[in-house]
This record gives sequence, C-alpha cells and structure tokens, in this order.
Amino acid sequence: MAEIQITGKAAPVLFENVTKRFGPDVVAVDNIDLFVEAGKLVTLLGPSGCGKTTTLRMIAGLEMASEGRILIGDRDVTKLPATDRDVSMVFQSYALFPHMSVLENVSYGLTFSGFSKSETRDRALAGLDLVGLKGFDLRLPSELSGGQQQRVAVARALVLEPQVLLFDEPLSNLDAKLRRQVREDIRAIQQDLGLTVVYVTHDQEEALAVSDQIVVMRNADIAQIGTPRELYDSPVDRFVADFIGEANILPCVIDTVENDRAFISIEGYQHILPARGLVEGPAKLAVRPSRLVIGAQGGFQARIAKATYVGVRMEYTLEAGFGSMFAVQDEVNAPLEVGSDVTVGFAEKGPVLLPEA
Amino acid sequence: MKNEVIEQARHPVLIFWIIAGWIGFFLIPWYGVEDGFFRFEWLFDGYPFDTDYAPAAFLLMQGEKLWLAPLLLPLVASLAVLRFRKSDPAYGTILIFVGAIGFSMLIAQGFGIGIRGFNFAWLTAIFGELGDRQFGMGYGALLLATSFLFLFTQGIAARGAVNGDVFVVSAIGGVIVVVSIFVFFPIAKMLVAAFITEDGRYSASVFTTKFFDDRIWGLGCLSGTRCGVAWNSLFLAIIVGFVTTALGLVFALVVTRSGFRFKRGLRALTVLPIITPPFVIGLALILLLGRSGAVTVFFADLLGVQPTRWFYGLPGLLIAQTLAFTPIAFLVMIGVVEGVSPSLEEAAQTLRANRWQTFRTVSLPLMRPGLANAFLLGFIESMADFGNPLVLGGNFNVLSTDIFFAIVGAQYDQGRAAVLALVLLFFTLSAFYAQRVWLGKKVYITVTGKGDAGVHPLMPKRLSLPVFTVAAIWGAFTIIVYLMIVFGSFVELWGVDNSLTFTHYITAFRVSYNEFGIQWVGSAWDSFWTTIYIAAAAAPLTAIVGLVTAYLLTRQNFAGKNAFEFGTMLSFAIPGTVIGVSYILAFNVPPIEITGTGIILIVSFVFRNMPVGVRAGIASMSQLDKSLDESSLTLGANSWQTFRKVILPLLRPAILAALVYSFVRAMTAISAVIFLVSAEYNMATSYIIGRVENNDYGLAIAYSTTLIFVMLAAVGLLQILVGRTKIGRRTQFEAGE
Repeated sequence: MAEIQITGKAAPVLFENVTKRFGPDVVAVDNIDLFVEAGKLVTLLGPSGCGKTTTLRMIAGLEMASEGRILIGDRDVTKLPATDRDVSMVFQSYALFPHMSVLENVSYGLTFSGFSKSETRDRALAGLDLVGLKGFDLRLPSELSGGQQQRVAVARALVLEPQVLLFDEPLSNLDAKLRRQVREDIRAIQQDLGLTVVYVTHDQEEALAVSDQIVVMRNADIAQIGTPRELYDSPVDRFVADFIGEANILPCVIDTVENDRAFISIEGYQHILPARGLVEGPAKLAVRPSRLVIGAQGGFQARIAKATYVGVRMEYTLEAGFGSMFAVQDEVNAPLEVGSDVTVGFAEKGPVLLPEA
Repeated sequence: MKNEVIEQARHPVLIFWIIAGWIGFFLIPWYGVEDGFFRFEWLFDGYPFDTDYAPAAFLLMQGEKLWLAPLLLPLVASLAVLRFRKSDPAYGTILIFVGAIGFSMLIAQGFGIGIRGFNFAWLTAIFGELGDRQFGMGYGALLLATSFLFLFTQGIAARGAVNGDVFVVSAIGGVIVVVSIFVFFPIAKMLVAAFITEDGRYSASVFTTKFFDDRIWGLGCLSGTRCGVAWNSLFLAIIVGFVTTALGLVFALVVTRSGFRFKRGLRALTVLPIITPPFVIGLALILLLGRSGAVTVFFADLLGVQPTRWFYGLPGLLIAQTLAFTPIAFLVMIGVVEGVSPSLEEAAQTLRANRWQTFRTVSLPLMRPGLANAFLLGFIESMADFGNPLVLGGNFNVLSTDIFFAIVGAQYDQGRAAVLALVLLFFTLSAFYAQRVWLGKKVYITVTGKGDAGVHPLMPKRLSLPVFTVAAIWGAFTIIVYLMIVFGSFVELWGVDNSLTFTHYITAFRVSYNEFGIQWVGSAWDSFWTTIYIAAAAAPLTAIVGLVTAYLLTRQNFAGKNAFEFGTMLSFAIPGTVIGVSYILAFNVPPIEITGTGIILIVSFVFRNMPVGVRAGIASMSQLDKSLDESSLTLGANSWQTFRKVILPLLRPAILAALVYSFVRAMTAISAVIFLVSAEYNMATSYIIGRVENNDYGLAIAYSTTLIFVMLAAVGLLQILVGRTKIGRRTQFEAGE
C-alpha cells in the first residue's frame, strides 16, 4: 500500500469561442476564450448568475457547449459526456453517496477505471490518507462532520488522478474558521501534486488567497483575467475594481499625458499615475479605502459624515463636492470628529485610472 | 487509464441486441403460441417446422409467409456496423437506418396483412388477392422488434442525442414505444371505430348521429323526463367533486390544525380507498339503505309505508362516491394544508390578524390551488367510477356503465361504445388538462425547502365547531359502512334471514384434503389465484416502467420532455372503461392479438397503474440531490451504472411502495378488467360483480371482505419492509464500527 502514490496528470484546459445557451433566449456563457495552464489553480469569480458555474460544468461535461470548442490536454472533448472525460469534481453539497461507506465512496470512481480490486482498495486508502482521514474508511458519510465529508469528497476526486480537478464553491457549507483551514489544505495538495484545478467561488477573499490566476466573470462574459495582484492593483474597469476588494470610484480630469504618465486633477488636487493608455479628458479613478490619505497637503476638501470604530481601525464616510467616499485609517487613538472639515489626498501607489463610463 | 477505455471499440450492448435480433428471427416461434409460450409444449410439437411454431427463418425456408423475407436485409446490414468505431459517423448512421427500416417494415407487414389476407383494399388492388394470412405476432417478432428499436436508439445516441447517452436514449425510446402501443394506439383505434358503420365502412355521418344522440345529450330532466348520460355523469361528478373536497378539507383541518388526539387513526383513513374494491362501498350501502336495508326498513316501519328503492340512482351514487373518494381528497388536502408556510401565518398574526382573520385572508387563499386540485381529482374519479354505478345506478345512467352495456348488452354496438368512451374521455382529459396547465405550477407554492421553524396555528373557534361536527358525523358513517361490510358477510340472507353464518365463506373458500393433496374446492379460489398471479406479474413491470419514466422525467433533459411527461401521465386520466373498450377494439386482431389471455390483463394493469409508479418515483427522486448523479458521472460511471448503483439503492422504499400499490390496485380494479376477463382468466372483482348481478350479496360481500384483509396485509407488510430497510442501513453502519 505504501508504494501507491497519488500523483497528478495535469493537463491544460482550453475554451475557444464557447457559448452556452439554455433555451432560445437565455445565454449563460457568451462566446468566451479561456486558457488554464497545466498545474495551476484558476478561480472563476463573479456574482451569482454570471456564468461561472456553467463554465465549470462545461469543463466537467455536465453541460454541453452550444457553440465553440473545449480541449483538455490535446483532446477535443466538446462532445464528450462527463463519463468519458478525465475530470473529477468536488461538489458544493459534496454529493457523497449516503448508502455507501467512506471507502466505498472513494473507491466508486476507481471501479469504473479498470483497476483490480486490491489496487482499487489501496488507492482509495492512499487517497484517504492524503486528506488525513486514515481510519475513517468504514464510516457512513452521515457519521462525519462537514469538514470531514468535504475531505472525503476531495479524496474521491483525487484518487482518479484526473487531468483537471474541479471545485464548485467547496467552502460555502463550512463555518468561517474551517474555511481558512480547508482552503489552505486544498492549495497545499494542489501544489504538492501539481494538479490543474478550476475553482468556482463568489468570495473574492477566498479567490485572492488560493489562486494562481483569477477569472472575473460578469453577465456571461469574462471581465478580466489576471493574477490576484494584477486584479487588485490594476483592474480594467469599475466592475472589477469594485468586485475585487472595495474601491471608491471618483470623477477626475486627465490634464496631460507624458510617457504614459497621466497628470490628473480632482477639485484642484493634483496627482500623477500611470495613464494605462488613456488620453486627456474626463476619466474615473478607482481608489481603495486604505489609499485615501486624510489630511494630505494640497488635497481636496471633504467633510467627515460618519465615523465608525471597528477595533483594528477607524472607518470614515467622507462627503466631498462630487459625492461620498469610504476611507479607513489605522490610527484609532485620536479619531476625527464627525462634521469636521479635512483635506483628502491619495497614497503614492494604488489609485488606478479607469475609462469614463 | 481512462483513455484506453474509450479507445477500446467494443460495444457489448450493441452486440447483445444484434444477437437478440438474430435469435428472434431464427430461433423463437414467430407467431403467438396458442397454448402459452412458457409451457414449452411447442418445443416437442413439430418445432421448428410446424408453421404454427416455426421461427421466421424456417417459415421462409418452407416458402411460407414470404413477406417476412425483407426483414433479413436490415438484420444482415446490422452486422456491418461492427466494422466501425463508435466515433465514426457511419456507425450512428448505419444503426439509425437498420433500426428505423427494420422496425417500420415489421410494423408495416403486421398491419398490412391480417387474418383475412391484406387488411387494406388498396393493397389488394395493387398486389392482388394474397391467398394467405397471418396471426398475432409472438415472441420471435417481439424480440426482433425490440432489437430493431434498441439498435435505432443506439444509433441516435451515437449521433449525439442526449449527450450520446445510450441508456437514457434507449429508455426514452422504450417508454415511448410501449406507451404508444398500449395507450395511444388503442385510443386511436377506438376513435376510428366511432366512424365505422355496421357494414364496416367509414362514415362521418354515423359518428354525428351517434354523437348527437338524445340518449347522450338530451336535456329532458329539465322538463320532467330524463337527461342524457353525459349530463348525468357531469352533474354527478361536479357534486361529488365539491363534496369530497369540502370533506377532505374538513378532515385535513382536524388532523393538522387541532388538538385532536387520534390523528394517526384518522390518517389511516387514507389507506381505505387503496384497499377497498370500488363497488364494495355500494354493496355495504345497499345493506343499509337499499330496499331491504336496515335503515330503510326501520323508517318504513316507523312511518307505516312500503320500503322503496329510493336509494338507487343519484342519491345512492352520491353517497357511495363521496364515501369512496373523500379519503383521496383528504390525502391531497393534508399536503396542501401542511404546505402553507407556518411563518406566513405567524407573520399574519404578528400583524394583528386574529386566528379567524389569518385563516380567511392567508391560509385559505394559499390553499386555493390545492382545493381546485382536489376538486378535479374527485371529478375525474367520479367520472371514471364504474363499480358503484353498476351496483347502485338504477335508472340513473352514467357514461361508464353505458359504455359497458353498449358492448356486453343485447345492443352490442361497438360504435356507440366508442362514441360514449370518447365523450367520457373528453371530460376526464379536460379536467386532467386543467389540472396540469392551470394548477401544475401553483400547488405547494409556499414550500421552499428552506427550514421553516414556525408552528401551524390551531383552527379558529368559529371554524372548529362546524368542522368537528361534520368530521364526527362523516367519520362515524364511514366506520359504520365498513363494519357493515364485515358484518354483512356473516349474515345468511340480509333483510330476510338475519341469522349469523359462515356459509358464504365456506362456499367461496372451502378447502378439502384427500389423497391428491389440498383441493381448492371453494367457488372463489379460481378467480382468487388468478388475481394474485396477474397482480403479482403486473406489479414489478409497473414499478420498472414507472421508475424508469420517473428517472427520465426528474433526472434528464431532452427535447420533447413536456410532451413525454404529458403522454406518460395521461393514462391516469383515461377511465378504466375506456381502456377496456379500446383494448378490445385494438388487441382482438393481429398484429397484437392478446384478448382472452392473461397478458392483456397484465398489460392493462401496467399502463393503468403506471402513473402511480411514476409519482412514487418522482416524489422520492426529487428528494435526491442531482449532484449525486453528477458526481457519479464525473467519477466515470455511465448513466446506467449511476442508475443502478446510486439511484436504485437510495430508492428502495419507493420501489417497494410502487410494487405493493400496483399489486393492490391490480387486485381492486374492475372497470377495465370486466371487459378483458375470459373464462380462463377471471378476476376476483369481476367474479364478485357476477355474484351481485345474481343477487348473491352474501358471497359477494364475504369475498370483498377477504380481499380487503388480503390487501391490508400487503400494505402492512410494506410498512414493515420499508421500516426494515432503514434499520438495515443502521446495522450496516454499526458493523462498520
């Protein structure tokens, strides 16, 4: 048994112009292209109804693409049903078979893959060992805690050594503390075995924590693809800026652009930042709450409308001429008074220019 | 690992069906074997050369039935497919052609050539007199047809239908074909029969004359004479629908919204209609209210008048059907009343509505779709009821019994029976359609599946008093009626000689021993064993067809699914009498010639009771999360393996329930059965009706009582078995510890 090693056979996933329609009117996924590199963990992130789960189910073969091509490794799997794809999936509800023991659940897929009886058993036990459930093999799923059930579901998917492993909101049924632990476990297993993982979540913090790459989806389309850092620091539009972390979207004017550096002004306050291809004229500025500097020299005028103490920091709502903003400050010992007038500027790095509209 | 499995181009299922086709053509007798296939006497009686028992191939070798020869073409062509891989487009195309052509050739020759040569004049015109004939198809033909069907479905699956899933496509194809043959084909045949004149020609005028007959649509009752049967049936059904719904609501309120202590006993009421043959209520009521009934005689003596037959006709039918169908409405209304979300009612109360206002403004409106549903069910049941009108109808004719008398009576008028059946079908289908389209989506609207911690409020005072009064009266009446059934079976001759006796049981169920072992000498044993045997044969088939259909409906998506669902649930709305008539019309002649056999009884039960199996399956399958199937699929099991290893084990209680209920319903059925029984295959219910017609009430009631207890035992056994499967699961777990 010791010689059985669960390994990965990671393969890349490629979507070419894939569209999924439900009925004549509903477009769940609209003509997307996507490449998932072998051995990487890629998250599909977006609000509910954006098409992320449909995308995942198309990789699994549980939904068939209406148009376009899907490749896993070198193989065109567009028309292949789930049974014939080398993919396994961990379900939101875990979907453990309630009438089978843990071991039977984990062995289930192996029995259809041509392994001998003893090899099936050894592999299943090795899989349970890998997720830290040694000795639980004869229990029924109903006799396990939520976290343990989740790990059985992961083991069941892992032992097949799939080309791609899929997770559909795997943490949403766990309590907050367990969530952090399990997502770290998943990430560790993925990196140890070099698996290709596609992971669906609507929790941006979870996505930032586990991903090599994040695919932000909106209205059946891909809004942006990038590493967590890229998405956070340079979102392409206000949707992404607002969805990944929080952002204040402020109106500004680009006065001049030189060497791709923009000189902007906002109510007389001047700031310099990367132009990102924008030209002179009105634009929008995305600023994280932590990047607003209250009391900055030469900043624009604002008034403290609300001040909330949340323990580790202060949260302020500021009223300026163009609207309200949300800011946080680590300084909690001398909070600013509600109703006082302040000047506001931006941190050196952080604010991002976005196109108007 | 996985890739190798796919590249192996062996298709065991395909090879199986190709071989099955060859066996059907070359080895199994092609035509129906008169004395029963499974006695295997044919094996030693001239097989394979005797033309009665010969397989198709041997018939051809002897130069007989040459029209079967073209079937060899698709049979041989099917071998070609073995040279292709599954991914090759030719693979699917060949299978589709082989299956479609083979199947349609089989159908074409079956319908084209009957017992008198060509069935259609134009065939004779083209080919001349045939000078030969053929009888009903047998197992050889059946096997070949099945083989062609499944080759065809594998073909469409290979072309990508339902994600290329062979099992699902085959299941859909199989269900469509059997439902078409045994539900739609007979109905269509009946429709045609309504247009046939006495000398066998087609004519629209014969239909209109029969259809607009005053005996059907006359409105004489408004001016003092008699109304047509259609109005009688409609009138009766509407009243019964209303009354049963009201009583059902009353009982449901008592069970769910009161502090009544014997709720479980009241719930047992719901079992009654399942285990009671439909006419038994009528029989018991005759003992109470008939001309020599206890109550009638009592009041006649009191008032010093002659006892009359006042009870026969509308009053009797109304009371009997209300008694018989209230439990059904009760069952529906329990679900409806419990389905009203308690938190909505609690919200109303916190908004300062009192209990009565809450009931009137929140609970009742939320129940409205459920009430309509119960009404339509009562309406359909009353329309379709055959047993009670036969026993109690008197001069008050209704459609279901008139159909029967048109076929078996002196008038023997198939056309009239067909027209009446169409009218009846129109009424029940309209109600069924209204229920599906208008209510389908509204019922149970507040059951969300989210935890609802609220508690139903008790009934308001001003409601509880009348509700309890009505429930108590009707409950007591029901109990008396059932006691009468048991008591009546021990009375020598009701109203004339009231001494207690076992005579009826002895006549019916006497058993004697002699040197040949046990002798079943009682007059009822024959029909009793036939009933058990037929019901036992029909039950597993019903469960299989029902569960597979339920699986397709809840778990799969395919084009035309709505039509598929409507078609499979349709037989619920087809009254038994209509089934009976249409089966006689459709299956009395080749290609499917099964009247007078046990098979036709089994088949009629399977398709009459299929909706029960479908509902049981849907109810329990919709509780299984779909991700269970999906995870099984992503783990590499195909849909057949998923069905067998995941769905079926989890459905064990549903399977048992479907088995027992279809068994019990097959035992109590009368309406379709009475058309289809034969001397050899007589069923308990039709035997009892025969006794009633001879005024032998004692024996009839004794037999009915026995049936009720047999079925009670079956239902009880079910409860124990279902209970045990749960325990079985736990012990498995304990062993695992």
